[in-house]
Amino acid sequence: MTALPDALETIRGDFHALEERDRLQLLLEFSNELPELPERYRDHPDLFERVVECQSPVYIFVEVTSGDVHVHATAPAEAPTTRGFASILAQGLDGLSADEVLAVPDDFPLDLGLTRVVSPLRMRGMVAMLGRIKRQVTEKRTPAPATSH
Amino acid sequence: MSIGHDPAPKFAEYAHPDRLVSTEWLAEHLGEDGLVVVESNEDVLLYETGHIPGAVKLDWHTELNDPVVRDFVDGARFASLLGSKGISRDSTVVIYGDKSNWWAAYALWVFTLFGHEDVRLLDGGRDKWIAEGRELTTEVPAVTPVDYPVVERDDSRIRAYKEDVLAHFGKPLIDVRSPEEYTGERTTMPAYPEEGALRGGHIPTAVSVPWARAAAEDGTFKPAHELDALYREQAGIQDADDVIAYCRIGERSSHSWFVLKYLLGIENVRNYDGSWTEWGSAVRVPIVTGSEPGEAPTSR
Repeated sequence: MTALPDALETIRGDFHALEERDRLQLLLEFSNELPELPERYRDHPDLFERVVECQSPVYIFVEVTSGDVHVHATAPAEAPTTRGFASILAQGLDGLSADEVLAVPDDFPLDLGLTRVVSPLRMRGMVAMLGRIKRQVTEKRTPAPATSH
Repeated sequence: MSIGHDPAPKFAEYAHPDRLVSTEWLAEHLGEDGLVVVESNEDVLLYETGHIPGAVKLDWHTELNDPVVRDFVDGARFASLLGSKGISRDSTVVIYGDKSNWWAAYALWVFTLFGHEDVRLLDGGRDKWIAEGRELTTEVPAVTPVDYPVVERDDSRIRAYKEDVLAHFGKPLIDVRSPEEYTGERTTMPAYPEEGALRGGHIPTAVSVPWARAAAEDGTFKPAHELDALYREQAGIQDADDVIAYCRIGERSSHSWFVLKYLLGIENVRNYDGSWTEWGSAVRVPIVTGSEPGEAPTSR
């Protein structure tokens, strides 16, 4: 099995170090830490993709700049679980190379130790979020060939 | 001990006014002996971000469902769950939640399967409480566990299984999902995850009355005369009917079940909680696609 990138491994370890019931509190901390969108993206809803598998409206946008991946996400305060999922992925994947992101196991969310306290059905939203991030990385890693006019 | 009912004139028009309380009433009665306020949400973390002072959290997914069988917990687990939340058999329980009280209504329905007598919904739920600027806290109340008796669940009166539905053709069936789910265009609510039904459509003869038509903009229940028009006049439900309601997993149909049973006073209403995630995948059961209810299947 491929080793997880350091940041994701740390997050995974932090969850597992806690008693199950305390893991929700950590997820809430992640939820509160979801960064605001950078100014330049705030008025560009067109750039964002909705994660329809999540029960609450959450939108993601992946940037690959100089080979580094950055994940931006926005979700309402009334959806703290979804915000928490997005925040874990945004923080855990930030600055990785495209190859490193694509090597993250698709079912990494199920390995966080949250499935019992959050419920398997809800965790599926996070698996879908990771899937969409990886798809955007694949699309954006090589710039589209310039169209000739 | 039971606490008096909310005398709000709006509730007096309903068949069972004692099943609802207003935000005003709750604010006045918070902290009273014998009252336990329970928050039950779709989002499992929402309670932690702030809740009504003194409210305890109940999660439908992780606490009311049996972890192994697709079923609700049994009498022993329910007793230990409620006892751990400080709820006695004679407590007045007021449940509220997000999403116009879907999950609150689901929890109330499960409480009713166990025959908990005094269980009510907060009209308008969490959103209305917050919209009115009422107090929230992140402080989790220190609960003194109490004894709740082990009562076996009675599934015979308000719960329907797939077999009951198959034997029900000819009597009213209400599909409370969105029109897109009813016609078969999709198997889940718009903007919701695909939850594994193999086919899209509805149960033959079911009429479509989306749950949301019973809710006002602010998440409160519509007044009695509007509910009458919706279910009695338009959907043709009569007081003596034996009605089954369903949705996708039973949460939205709990909302409609509550409306039919307690607000309109239809005595025999059951919630088919297997709902579309069971029916839409079951072997050898008929479905109908499109906007018409369709014919009852002939038995084979």
